[in-house]
Amino acid sequence: MSDQEDVKGPGISRRSFLKISALTTSAPLVLGPTVLEVEGQEVHVYGPGKTPVTLNVNGKRLSANLEPRVTLLDALREKFEVTGPKRVCDRGLCGACTVMMDNKAVYACSVLAIDAQGKQIVTTDGLAPEGKLHPVSAAFVDNDAQQCGFCTPGFVMATKAFLDKHPNATKEELHRGLGGNFCRCGTYAGIKGAVAQLSGGGQQKGGA
Amino acid sequence: MATDYKWPAADQRTVIGKSMNRVDGPVKSSGRAKYTYDLVRPNMLYAHGVKCPYAHAKVTKIDTSAAEKMPGVAGVVVINDVGKEIFWAGTDVVAVAAVDESTARDAVRAIKVEYEQLPHLVLDEKEPDLSEAEKSEWYKVALKETSGDPTTAFQQAEVVHEGYYGTPVITHCCLETHGSIAEFPDSDHLFMHISTQNVPGIAEQLGKAIDFPASNIHVHQDHVGGGFGSKLGLDPWGVASAQLSKKAGGKPVKMMLDRKPELETAGCRPSARARVKVGAKKDGTLLAWESYSWGSGGVGGGGSPPIPYVWKVPNQQKQHVNVVNNIGPSRAWRAPNHPQACVLTMCPLDDLAAKLNMDTFDFVKKNIDLLDPRSKIYSEELDVADKLMGWKARWHPRGDNTAGPVKQGLGLALHTWGGRGHNSNTDLTIHPDGSVEVKMGTQDIGTGTRTSILQVVSDTLGIPMNQINLLIGDNQYPRDSASGGSSTIGGVSSANFRAATDAKNQLFAKVASALNAQPGDLEAADGRVRVASDHNRSLSWKDACAKLGATSITAHGTNPGEGDLTNSGVGGVQMADVSVDTETGIVKINKMVGVQDCGLVISPTQAKSQVLGAMIMGISYSLYEEKVMDQTTGTMLNTNMDMYRLAGLGDVGELVVHLMSGPGYDERGVIGIGEPPTVSPGAAISNAVANAIGVRVPFLPLTPERVLEALEKAESEGAKA
Repeated sequence: MSDQEDVKGPGISRRSFLKISALTTSAPLVLGPTVLEVEGQEVHVYGPGKTPVTLNVNGKRLSANLEPRVTLLDALREKFEVTGPKRVCDRGLCGACTVMMDNKAVYACSVLAIDAQGKQIVTTDGLAPEGKLHPVSAAFVDNDAQQCGFCTPGFVMATKAFLDKHPNATKEELHRGLGGNFCRCGTYAGIKGAVAQLSGGGQQKGGA
Repeated sequence: MATDYKWPAADQRTVIGKSMNRVDGPVKSSGRAKYTYDLVRPNMLYAHGVKCPYAHAKVTKIDTSAAEKMPGVAGVVVINDVGKEIFWAGTDVVAVAAVDESTARDAVRAIKVEYEQLPHLVLDEKEPDLSEAEKSEWYKVALKETSGDPTTAFQQAEVVHEGYYGTPVITHCCLETHGSIAEFPDSDHLFMHISTQNVPGIAEQLGKAIDFPASNIHVHQDHVGGGFGSKLGLDPWGVASAQLSKKAGGKPVKMMLDRKPELETAGCRPSARARVKVGAKKDGTLLAWESYSWGSGGVGGGGSPPIPYVWKVPNQQKQHVNVVNNIGPSRAWRAPNHPQACVLTMCPLDDLAAKLNMDTFDFVKKNIDLLDPRSKIYSEELDVADKLMGWKARWHPRGDNTAGPVKQGLGLALHTWGGRGHNSNTDLTIHPDGSVEVKMGTQDIGTGTRTSILQVVSDTLGIPMNQINLLIGDNQYPRDSASGGSSTIGGVSSANFRAATDAKNQLFAKVASALNAQPGDLEAADGRVRVASDHNRSLSWKDACAKLGATSITAHGTNPGEGDLTNSGVGGVQMADVSVDTETGIVKINKMVGVQDCGLVISPTQAKSQVLGAMIMGISYSLYEEKVMDQTTGTMLNTNMDMYRLAGLGDVGELVVHLMSGPGYDERGVIGIGEPPTVSPGAAISNAVANAIGVRVPFLPLTPERVLEALEKAESEGAKA
């Protein structure tokens, strides 16, 4: 898993971007990023056409030619058929597309696929091998924390990332930590039960 | 010999009525469940629509030439041609399919449509003048009704209360947007994946729309990401995906709505507002009701909320006007018209009780006979809810007098619903190797239908749920009905109970001789077929089925059918405990109690989840949800989930659910539960807020702005007095 060395994230500040914008427009329409030097640093400039993108998803290297405007969510869903993350709001508002990127929960709709290169991406589909359930997914099943199930994969990932950081969360921490995900069927009571089960089987600190 | 189809007695139930994990829980929580939106079919094209930006307009010109020339564009269809009148913003005018989504979106931008704008109305707050409403095209008088003698009754009433109440237009906000994937494997066959509550009904509707035989349309759906009443019919998008596929030589065309059109056009719950006058004797006896109500749900109006809700007030006068306006049209929204009716009834009655200096609980009990035919159920439920909430111990008169800005209050409401099982068909096959398969053209919309079917079949055949292969979600299986009206559980459980009972009896006939018994002496339990009176004379399920030789048994089950397995008519009581910050206007739910009857409970875990979910949805519409329309542009302003906010995990407080079951309830048979518990939260929470702060916040949602406005109004009126 040495993708990190292969491709550097662009990491362009707004100020730097303005400085190089004249250069990018004159960059030829070829596949692959153009490497520019800006303020002494190498910067990868993609597009405007399709560019080869390689992602590390659930431990697998997946490659496709994508326009730079394609989000991580759309790349996962449409190109690689990794459909645990759902497209619901497509604007970073609802949490249904939550995945883990380098162990941090992110909204896949709000990350460009080109920016996700070199990162370890984990979705619900990859939490456990087929036929097995990850403990977080199992706790959702045990507490009937899914109805239509469309928000569930996002919630499972948000819960995993939250509990990794806060294994003994208080009620307030939980409400804040999972406050970026919404469910329409109303499965919150089950999700709270799942979190309680995962935090040691007992009641959460600070009440139900 | 006629079979007596009767649900097993409580001590005979081994799986029915037991708490079971949802059978599709693992596939959903692992992210492996495939929804229509998730499918990537071979050589699939992506489609999007050109939306009319005006609320009311006529299409005058369409130019698709630039889009059609774009590389990657595979087809264009006109949905609303030149000359067509558009009645709400966001209506699709043209649809275009392309090799990928980006190209489809670029092509949408390249299509030029011109319109002639027409006058529009998108608001509904203004009280219509009845005499003008009768003449105006913007209004439809939907109801004018008098019963008893309201004039005399109001004269006799010792306490009269008048008030103004309302609920806004809200949306369904399904997380999986509406849409479909259409493809023609050959020119004679159409294959549709569609996000729907109505797998069995789509083919007829689509066939009619595109002039194609319904028998040649195959409809399939494994999972649906929410419907709540908005996915019962075929949509223009479904039709367009089929037309585009045909244009593109049969290639699969996926057309899923974005969030904005989903909220703007894919269904809403109509508003309802009313001036209500209620009168009672000093002892609380309810005498009279008068209401003038209006509401909107688009050009089709919104129906008339059944008020006074659940109360048989002896003297009534009521009028309802539908506002005909230019918003995305209403669709069934979980218990259509009931939540609105509940607010318009239970809030004024709560205000009347306050004026009578009565605890609303006592007011309801005093008038319990007016709740006929469910007086007894409501009375029992009120007592259960009282215990779970501590109502009698904690209730205080209007206005929390304790120090500090945060005030606490209690509120309650009652509701009802039908929920009889719909028309169902199922085929249940017992194979000679002991495996069992159930085929049924129903769908599980997240309510737990799969789990309930398996619980019924497992209980009846005495074999574990995981030994039964359940196939649903396809119109090539025996025909079921749409999942609407809380009718699915009654239909599928009854049909499968009949099928499993028949199949079991056919199996008994084949194996009785091997056990030296008559078929009627046998039972199927614990994975064995045995003599009921002598468990030593038994065969394992597998060995029993092996006696079938080379022939399997297939039993067809229907609903309706023999035996009273499903019923209609439930009652529910909900209580809310809230805190209101009188400085910020923020309402916080501390606790809600939901007490619900639904006859015989097949799957207690999933039934309880339905009630919990309904209460949460209720909290959401009580505190946050409103479709905000702008009269100037005619469009919806809050078209994503930041401004159209749903309740989050931290907003719902402690939730307690009690299902009325056991003797007196189970005998009624199976009754649906999906909708009724969604009804009461609006009124219960509004009443709790009034109890906390001493004044009525007349409109939902109970936003900080509205709470502060009501407090300020009361203060200034108090200062004037």
